[in-house]
Amino acid sequence: MSACALRVLLQRAAVMRKAAHQTFSQTRAFPQCVTGSYTYSRGINTLTNSLRAEEKVTVHFLNRDGKRISVKALTGESLLDIVVNHDLDIDGFGACEGTLACSTCHLIFEEAVYKKLGPISDEEMDMLDLAYGLTDTSRLGCQVCLRKDLDGMILRVPDVISDARVDSEKESSTAPPKV
Amino acid sequence: MKMMTMINLVRGSVMKIHGLSRASRCLAAEGGVRGLSSSSGPRVCIVGGGPAGFYTAQQLLKARHDTAVDVYERLPVPFGLVRFGVAPDHPEVKNVINSFTQTAQHERCSFHGNVNVGKDVTIDELRQAYHAVVLSYGAEGNRSMGIPGEDLPGVFSAKDFVGWYNGLPCNKELHPDLSCETAVILGQGNVALDVARILLAPVEMLKETDISQNSLEALANSKVRRVLIVGRRGPLQIACTIKELREMVNLPKVRADMLPADFKGIAEVLKDLPRPRKRLTELMMKAVKEGGDDKAEKCWGLRFFRSPVEVLAGADGKRATGIRLALNKLEGSGESARAEVTGQTEDVDCGLIISSIGYKSIPIDPAVPFDPRRAIVPNEMGRVQDTAGLYCSGWVKRGPTGVIATTMNDSFDTARVLIQDMEDGKLDLSVNKPGAKAITALLQTRGVRTVLFSQWEKINAEEEKRGRSLGKPREKLLDVDEMLKIAWS
Repeated sequence: MSACALRVLLQRAAVMRKAAHQTFSQTRAFPQCVTGSYTYSRGINTLTNSLRAEEKVTVHFLNRDGKRISVKALTGESLLDIVVNHDLDIDGFGACEGTLACSTCHLIFEEAVYKKLGPISDEEMDMLDLAYGLTDTSRLGCQVCLRKDLDGMILRVPDVISDARVDSEKESSTAPPKV
Repeated sequence: MKMMTMINLVRGSVMKIHGLSRASRCLAAEGGVRGLSSSSGPRVCIVGGGPAGFYTAQQLLKARHDTAVDVYERLPVPFGLVRFGVAPDHPEVKNVINSFTQTAQHERCSFHGNVNVGKDVTIDELRQAYHAVVLSYGAEGNRSMGIPGEDLPGVFSAKDFVGWYNGLPCNKELHPDLSCETAVILGQGNVALDVARILLAPVEMLKETDISQNSLEALANSKVRRVLIVGRRGPLQIACTIKELREMVNLPKVRADMLPADFKGIAEVLKDLPRPRKRLTELMMKAVKEGGDDKAEKCWGLRFFRSPVEVLAGADGKRATGIRLALNKLEGSGESARAEVTGQTEDVDCGLIISSIGYKSIPIDPAVPFDPRRAIVPNEMGRVQDTAGLYCSGWVKRGPTGVIATTMNDSFDTARVLIQDMEDGKLDLSVNKPGAKAITALLQTRGVRTVLFSQWEKINAEEEKRGRSLGKPREKLLDVDEMLKIAWS
């Protein structure tokens, strides 16, 4: 079985586990990447470790200030892991720590790379819908994990414009009618 | 659920290491020699220990390595609405507490709880002790409906109701009567959906959260079976976000009870909507169509084009038994559409009415400009109007809207503006300021003792301990005196 197919299988297992845990109203956000940091189950970890095989690939981040940050990271790590583990200076990145409860790890992909990433869960889409500067090739960094075929990809950190959102998201107004 | 907690723990520690390494790098940049007391660097005071305060502090500490930041908080406990606003079944949102804790433990930051700014100490006194003061005290008031009967027993503001189930000390005696069958929530924002979800969620799910035990017991005996969530405009103007709506749709043993007539003409315009609005609307229409488990005895429903006109009292006139709604029609379209009354009304029987039409900032000190119409501190990019050295961030700056990420970005912006003013010489840094030393001494003469972050950690440990014995992540202390006793023990 190719590494890629195995990866997809693993992801599916993670999604299934996620579904199994969705007994309650909330979205239980299991990151789809299965790296050593997460303890899903021993079986999965063992599989992942053998899959990972210490492969390193290069990722380039285009930060908000226009500067490019390039890092070498292990396959299997999520993009949020990379930002955290390499202590990359991106303000406010990953506020909810990879639990699909915010959109602060929003990244913009090149179109060709985006197409390779595979399907997006409804829950990730829900959070992306709240992201600043949403594009057609946006994903959440906590939900995308590094693979060998993504070597050399360029990720853009979206600009943050505080006034981009209208005042409609937290409270509706049910003010009494004008009489 | 347990596994989730574990992953969060792992995440938390990863983040912590991340933060520490950054802090140590900062130290190196300073040569690691300056101690706090001998600092001649800028001293900034932040009023309010919620997300706005901590995110502002975080950015200030990061951007200038000579700046000391003191955070003042009215309660003995930090984190504001992350503790008292975020729903108990959203533990993942509360992960931001990990980074707030790092900020509070930063060597150039200190937390001073139990200080009521405006009463215990004035803004002018703070301005004398600091180079800059940032107001980040949020929005503790709520907008009132302004209709007859809204003060009747059985009517609550969402702010108080949320405070009750989240263990806010001032709401512990709320005692909402949950013996009625139908509850009506006015407003369709995320707070409204949080309240609806808590009212309808199976208790076995809630009992694993940090919901306060007194409200958990009340909810376990609740007779509420039907929750209607009322908005004055239509489905295309609904204010909630899709995550919260999806949670309603996925609530186990609860069905959706919607009015298909409210969705007339919506299908035709769907394709032209921007993606977020389109997906939100599609999910609502799915709920209309499928409804969910027909056998479920509990239900929720959105009611559109309706505004409250009067709370109806029972025969004795002593408590709410229903609400009169005006039926509206929309003028215009899209986000800016306005609701206009048609003259028709509709009465709904209900014993519990929760008004969730928005929070509201209130002035805390007459020395600070305040815009009563917009209920914010008037400011330009966080610089308070006509008051050099005074800044604001979060809800008091822009109004009570948005998710935590909105407040984060907004607070970062205020911090950047403040730093810019330091660099441009708009803030006079030539004079040394005493900071917390002077303020703590002043508070002492007034009989006010502060709660430091290390003292909060004692409260935290006690709450976690009490939670463990109940199978919950935390059992919050509801009594301020008890908090203080533990903090100073």
